[in-house]
Amino acid sequence: MSSYTGDPGDVKPSRPAFWNDPVIRGIFWQIVVVGGVVLLAAFLVSNTLSNLARQNIASGFGFFDAESGFAIGEAIVPFAPTDTYLRALIVGLLNTIKVAVIGVFFATIIGTIVGVMRLSHNWLIAKIASIYVEVLRNIPLLLQLFFWYSLIVSTLPRAKDALGPFLGFHLSNRGLNVPVPDDWAYLGPLVGILLATVVTWVLLKRSKRIHDATGETKPVMWPSIGIFVMFIFLGWAATGFPTSIDTPALQGFSFQGGVDVSSEFLALWLGLTLYTAAFIAEIVRSGILAVNKGQWEAAGALGLRRGQILRFIALPQAMRVIIPPMTSQYLNLTKNSSLAVAIGYPDIVSVAGTTINQTGQAIEGIAVIMAVYLTLSLSISLFMNWYNKRIALVER
Amino acid sequence: MVRPPRQSVGAIGWLRAHLFSSWFNTILTGIAVWIIIETIPGIITWAFVDSVWGDASPDTCKAAEGACWAFIYEKYRFILFGVYPWEEHDRPLIAMIIFLALVLTSCFRRAWGRPLIAGWVVGLAAVAILMWGGIFGLTYVDQSQWGGLPLTLFLATFGIAGAFPIAILLALGRRSEMPAIKALCIGYIELIRGVPLISILFMASVMFPLFLPQGLTIDKLLRAQVGIILFSAAYLAEVIRGGLQAIPKGQYEAADALGLTYWQSMRKIILPQALRITIPPMVNTFIGGFKDTSLVVIIGLFDLLMTTRVAFQDIEWRPFFVEGYVFCALIYFCFCFFMSKYSQWLERDLTRGHSH
Repeated sequence: MSSYTGDPGDVKPSRPAFWNDPVIRGIFWQIVVVGGVVLLAAFLVSNTLSNLARQNIASGFGFFDAESGFAIGEAIVPFAPTDTYLRALIVGLLNTIKVAVIGVFFATIIGTIVGVMRLSHNWLIAKIASIYVEVLRNIPLLLQLFFWYSLIVSTLPRAKDALGPFLGFHLSNRGLNVPVPDDWAYLGPLVGILLATVVTWVLLKRSKRIHDATGETKPVMWPSIGIFVMFIFLGWAATGFPTSIDTPALQGFSFQGGVDVSSEFLALWLGLTLYTAAFIAEIVRSGILAVNKGQWEAAGALGLRRGQILRFIALPQAMRVIIPPMTSQYLNLTKNSSLAVAIGYPDIVSVAGTTINQTGQAIEGIAVIMAVYLTLSLSISLFMNWYNKRIALVER
Repeated sequence: MVRPPRQSVGAIGWLRAHLFSSWFNTILTGIAVWIIIETIPGIITWAFVDSVWGDASPDTCKAAEGACWAFIYEKYRFILFGVYPWEEHDRPLIAMIIFLALVLTSCFRRAWGRPLIAGWVVGLAAVAILMWGGIFGLTYVDQSQWGGLPLTLFLATFGIAGAFPIAILLALGRRSEMPAIKALCIGYIELIRGVPLISILFMASVMFPLFLPQGLTIDKLLRAQVGIILFSAAYLAEVIRGGLQAIPKGQYEAADALGLTYWQSMRKIILPQALRITIPPMVNTFIGGFKDTSLVVIIGLFDLLMTTRVAFQDIEWRPFFVEGYVFCALIYFCFCFFMSKYSQWLERDLTRGHSH
C-alpha cells in the first residue's frame, strides 16, 4: 500500500496470467460444458442403440406407411382401421387442433366476462366471480376432466331417453347431437355472410381513416349489423328460402344425422375451457386495473361517454398488459389438451400412445408428439407476438 | 332543489352502495340472487341434510337422496395411503406430519437459517426411515407400495427442490455471455416449455429404460420424479431469470468493482436479491407443480387422484364418484389455497421489508 505514489503511470494494467484471462476462461468452460453434453448424449445414444438392437426394434419412420388396424372414435377426415399410421396421427393432430381452437375461443369469452365480473361494483357478482376463480384454479385440471367425464357418462340418460330435443339438440351420455343445415341448401346465406364481412371491413377502414383525418367518429356497429342482416336475407332469398335441416334422429341405439359431439370431446372442452377461463379472468382483471384511474377521469373530463372511454382509452392500454400472459394461457390450454388421453378423446398423444403400444416405436412416437407441440407452441407465440407488436406502445 | 342526503351508512347504506346503486346493478343483483337460490340450497341439502354419514352400507346410501359420505368413511385410509400395508398406516401418517411441520416452519422467514437446514436433514431422515422401514424393528415397505397423499407431497416437494439448483444454473446460463452455454440453456428451456408434461412423463416411463446401459433399471417412481424435476427446472429457470433481470446493473458493477469473481458476486450479491424478489412467483410455480403431480396417474402411479379413482372402482361403491372427487378436490384445494394465500402474504411482507 505504501509503495503507491499516486502517479497513475506507476500502475501498469497488468496482464492477468493466461488461466485468469476472462476470454480464455470463457472458451475453456464452454468447451468443458459442450463436451460434457456431447459425451452424455453419445453415452445415451449408444445405450439406446444397443438396447434397440437387443430388442429387435428397427428405428426410423418406416411404420408410418403400415396399416394401423385400430379404429378412431372421432375423426374430421374419414378414417378406417385399414388406413396407415401416418393418417391416424394426422387425425389425432386435427383433433388436438379442433379442441384447442374451440377451447381458446370459449375460454377467452368466459374468462373476460368473469374478469370483468370480479371488478363489478356489485358485491354479489364480484363474490360469485372470485369463488369461481379460486375454486377452479386450485383443483388439478385432470381431476376436473375426470369429474366432468364421469358426470356426463353416468348421470346423463342413455341415447334412447336423451334430453331434448331443444331446438333439435339432443343431450345424452353419448354426447351432444346437433342439427346442421343441409349440405348445399344454405350456400346463399353463407355467401351473404362472406360479402357482409368484406363490406363491414371496408366500412371500418373508412371510418378509421375519417377518424384519423378529422377526428369525427362515424357510427359502425349499427350499420354493420344492418349490413349483415340484409346480406344474409338476400342470400337466403336468392336460393329460394330453403328450410331443410339435417336433424339428428334416434335409430337403434344411436343418433343418425346432424353433427355428433362425443361425450369425450364435451368433457375435455368443458374442463379445459372452465379451467383456463379462471386464469384468463385474473389476467383480464389485472389488465383493466393496470389502466391508470386518471386516464378514465381525463377521458371523462373531455366529455367521452363510458363506452367510448372503454373502447378508445382503457381497452387499448389494457390489451398491452393482457396480451403476453394471455399468450401463455393459450399455450397452456393447447398443451393441457394432451390430458385427453386420460378420458379417451383421440388427440395426438392418445393416437401416438396407441401407435407406440402397437409398434414399439417409442422414440419415434414421442418425437412425433414433441414435434407437434413444439410446432403448435411456436405458431401460437409467433402469431401472438406479431399481434402484440402491432398494438405495442410506440415511444420515441 | 337540493335533495336530502341519501342514507349512506349502516346496512341499508351498504346495500344501496353495493347492490342497488343503479337500475343495471339492481338487475345484476337479481340475477345473482337467482343463481344463489338455484344452487346453494340444493348443494346444502345434498351435502348435509339428505346425506349419509359415518359407517353405513352402500345400500343405505343408494336409498338416501343426498351425498354418501359413508363411502369416504369406508375408503379414506385407502385414498390417503394407497396400498401401503394397512396395519402400518400410522407410519406414513407420522412421516407426513413431520414433513408438513418442516414445510410449515419453512414458511416463516424468521426461521430461515442453519437450524432449519439441520431440521430438514434430520426430518427427512426420519421420514425416509418411517416410509421404507427395514431398521429399528420396522418392517420393510417397498416404494412400489407407496401411494396417496404422501406420494403426491413427495413428488411435488422433491420436484421443486431437485429442480431448484438446475434452474439456477439454467437461469445464469441463459444470461451468460458465453454463446455456446447460452444456446444450450435457451434450447433446453424452450424445448421443455414447448411440450406438455405428459410427453415428458411418457419419455420418463417409456424411453428412460432405453437410455440406460443394460442391466441398470430405475424404479418407476424415481423415473417420474426425474421427469418432474427436469420439467419444473425449465419453468423455475424462467422465474429466476426474471429476478436476475430485475437486479439493477449497479449491483453487478459494484460487485465487479469489489474484485469479486463471477461466482462470488453471484452467490453473495446477485442471487440472494434475485431469489428474494422471485419468491412469490416461485410459490405460484410450486402450486402449478403440485397440481401437475396428478398427471402421474397417466403412467400408472398411485398418487392421491389415482387412489381416489381406484376407491370407487369397488363395484358396490361405484355410483359415488362425485363424493370421491369432492373429497380429493378438497384436499388439493386446501393445499393450493393455503399456498396462494401464503404467496400473497409473503409478497406484502417482502415489499414492506423492502420499503424501509
